[in-house]
Amino acid sequence: MIELTVNGTKHQVDVVPEMPLLWVLRDELGITSPKYGCGVAQCGACTVQIDGAAVRSCQAHIGDLAGKSVVTLEGLENRDQNPVIKAWIEHQVPQCGYCQTGQIMQAISLLGLIDKPTDEDINEVMAGNLCRCGTYPRIRTAIHAAAAKMAEK
Amino acid sequence: MGIQTLSRRTFVFGSAAVAGGIAFGSYSELAQAATADDNPLAAGLSPNSVTFNPWVEISPEKITLIAQHADIGQGVGSVQPIMIAEEMDLDPGQFDVRFAGPSPAYFNTGFADEFAPFVAADQSAAAEEARAKTLEWLRKSGLQMTGGSSTVPDTYEKLRGAGAVARETLKAAAAKRTGIAVAELRTQSGKVILPDGKTIAYVDLAADAAKIPPVLDAKPRDPSKWRMLGKPMKRLDIRAKVMGELKFGIDQKMDGMLYASVKLNPAKGQPLKSYDASKARAMPGVKKILEIKNGVAVIATNSWYAMKAVDAIACEWAPSAYPAEQAGHWKVLESSFKPEFLGKEWKKIGDIDAGLKTGKLVEAEYRAPYVGHQPLEPLNGIGLVTDKGMEIWVGHQSPRFVQDVAAKAIGLKPEQITFHNQWTGGSFGHRLEYENVRVLAEIANQMKGTPIKLVFSREEDFLQDIPRQIAIARHRGSVDNSKIVSADLSLASTTPLKGLLERSGTPSKDPDGQLAAGLWNVYYDIPHFRATSYEAQGLSPSTTWRSVGASTSGFFTESFIDELIHAAGLDPMKARIAMCNVPHYRKVLETVAEMSDWKGPLGNGRGRGVAFVESFGTPVAEVVEVSKTERGIRIDKVWIAADVGKVMDPVNFENQVQGGVIWGLGHAINCELTYAKGAVQQTNYNHHEAMRIYQCPVIEVRGLENDPKVRGVGEPPVPPAAPALANAIFAATGQRIREMPFNKFIDFV
Repeated sequence: MIELTVNGTKHQVDVVPEMPLLWVLRDELGITSPKYGCGVAQCGACTVQIDGAAVRSCQAHIGDLAGKSVVTLEGLENRDQNPVIKAWIEHQVPQCGYCQTGQIMQAISLLGLIDKPTDEDINEVMAGNLCRCGTYPRIRTAIHAAAAKMAEK
Repeated sequence: MGIQTLSRRTFVFGSAAVAGGIAFGSYSELAQAATADDNPLAAGLSPNSVTFNPWVEISPEKITLIAQHADIGQGVGSVQPIMIAEEMDLDPGQFDVRFAGPSPAYFNTGFADEFAPFVAADQSAAAEEARAKTLEWLRKSGLQMTGGSSTVPDTYEKLRGAGAVARETLKAAAAKRTGIAVAELRTQSGKVILPDGKTIAYVDLAADAAKIPPVLDAKPRDPSKWRMLGKPMKRLDIRAKVMGELKFGIDQKMDGMLYASVKLNPAKGQPLKSYDASKARAMPGVKKILEIKNGVAVIATNSWYAMKAVDAIACEWAPSAYPAEQAGHWKVLESSFKPEFLGKEWKKIGDIDAGLKTGKLVEAEYRAPYVGHQPLEPLNGIGLVTDKGMEIWVGHQSPRFVQDVAAKAIGLKPEQITFHNQWTGGSFGHRLEYENVRVLAEIANQMKGTPIKLVFSREEDFLQDIPRQIAIARHRGSVDNSKIVSADLSLASTTPLKGLLERSGTPSKDPDGQLAAGLWNVYYDIPHFRATSYEAQGLSPSTTWRSVGASTSGFFTESFIDELIHAAGLDPMKARIAMCNVPHYRKVLETVAEMSDWKGPLGNGRGRGVAFVESFGTPVAEVVEVSKTERGIRIDKVWIAADVGKVMDPVNFENQVQGGVIWGLGHAINCELTYAKGAVQQTNYNHHEAMRIYQCPVIEVRGLENDPKVRGVGEPPVPPAAPALANAIFAATGQRIREMPFNKFIDFV
């Protein structure tokens, strides 16, 4: 049994320690906002926070996560009021939506690091999050809008 | 079953071969004709409930609207129910949305224009008659398919008609109950409003409405009266997607479910010769190893265990039926420009031989490689086989063909397959194919009584992805006296539509009409013109990929037109506008010229290119601006104008158009699939990534509403993107790139 904390709740899972966090979340715990896209950290659809940092959950082995705190999009505090979530809804970013939970988790991490990101900052930090539908113009707009809202406070 | 019987005949796209019959006078008559007798909702109706047509169901508890198409990110789950809700005076939040089940009632009227053998701009009586006949044939065959940018064109008339019938029937039921004349009743926000201001909710009228005949002569309202359509909307699915609450097919779960993953012969369609699963059998989580038709499957307690174990199975495969190495594919194409491989001479104007001898001859060869679809949600599905039949939960664009394919795989009848369509994480043509359906049926059949969730690994998805067609164009033309005199366009290609139809169980012997798309529908005054397709044999299977034939032909044609224009010493924009022979198409070019403030060459290492392609009836013009930098070509800006007759939702319109441009540019720059030892060599996104955010330009979009018909926009922005970029690179650097992907010839930032 491996114990880990996800979205504030402790879970015990009976899997091999090499299993990537992604598959523990999805198939063992039924937490489906982290998506399987590539399995090799090329798409960013599985992005979650581990101890506050954005991580590709397909690359984090469950055996290495003892004592760490995992937060998925479902577990974001005050999710309805999160400025990134609000900007994503306001600007209607998604098309198919499959990559968007990962995009949002990455964008939240970006705004945690840089208050007012430039286009270059966005290019750099969001480069690992692939969107096949091509919602990039709206992702950019939503990040700038969320940054502006956060600066108002 | 309509499709069953009609598939015995050939699947035809020519007017001569189209089954005859009486054409409907309008699409709304058609909507009204689909009532109780052939309404698939009638069978499952609960007591005191009513359904007026295949799109509306009202019970005492709730109102359910049917989204006829599959939602592959284009917004079907929003715009289709809203078209009904507009007429029913329902507000978002007052109805549930359900995807259509398999039924001929949901046949796609939007294919009538695409399948009839006339170019879109031809609105002559002969063209319209052929389209009417094609429509009748579509109705008879019950072809239920999402594709061809038909989300709105298919449903614009019939869903508004369906909503109007529902509204007027509810009013009639209220009139009967209250004794008040229908003319004195109004509807608003899901209620009938009486003259004294009292209201009756639709759900409270369901039982009454079921007892009266539907009001079939109800008319949809004039667009000037619209509350929601035509104005910026909030897509109904946005919030659930952003909150991570929307369940895609891959997110579904059943009690007692086990997980499966597969390894299939990477030489597509060929069998498994032998395998050794001794290592896999001992791996954690593994429940069972299964042999299936062309590969192996592992059943496990977790998708990851299944993927790891299937990876550890050593397989010996039968060799490919197509050339094992990529060079062999190109060689076959090169030798396909011969009479025995002729698809069709689609168009001939003037005297092409004489034309080519007039003035300066220009010749050029262009190439387009295989590319993958690779939506971010990999192929998956849940299947459960019992003694009664099979239930299948999968996101797919052709519900009735899913029934056929699954049934055939395990010896059942199509009606024994219960299909539940799912939200999908993209498609781009991938979810028109059946590999996951067939394989899932085989696996579930071997695991009777246990629900099985199949998930393809990304690598397996790449290996089994039936690619976009590969093609070579050999174009010739001539210029004289600052004018284009002739253009002789010919290409050799694999056949995407024919391939898809064959795998759908409805093979066609006709020439592949998609090879004409972007090749024959050229709307420039060129006195001597010919368009010819050759169909290469014995190559990789290929299939429909966002914008299909026009994705390659559009690049070939509009690059070559640009070469002719330059050879004639003309301005690429002004020459196109001057040559364009359809007034409202010319307006599309003029619009993009105005948006981009086109004034000729930019200089200083910057360049602009323009391209114009009509596909699926939608004319689209794009201008791309690039700069030469130390790190390579940077795509700075794109301006794009498209005429769709009527824009349903300006917000989603912009999002779809931008997405189409990004799809077109990204794959033109970065992507190809190549074969080695019979298998594709690119097996994850690091080998085939298309566009990422740092390469994405600013994209300015404008929708025009001059076309007499309502058109789609999912695919049409794609074809002009690649040629507009190639033409811009030529303007900036003098280098003419005639083959995709462009990064083989020039660096990009």
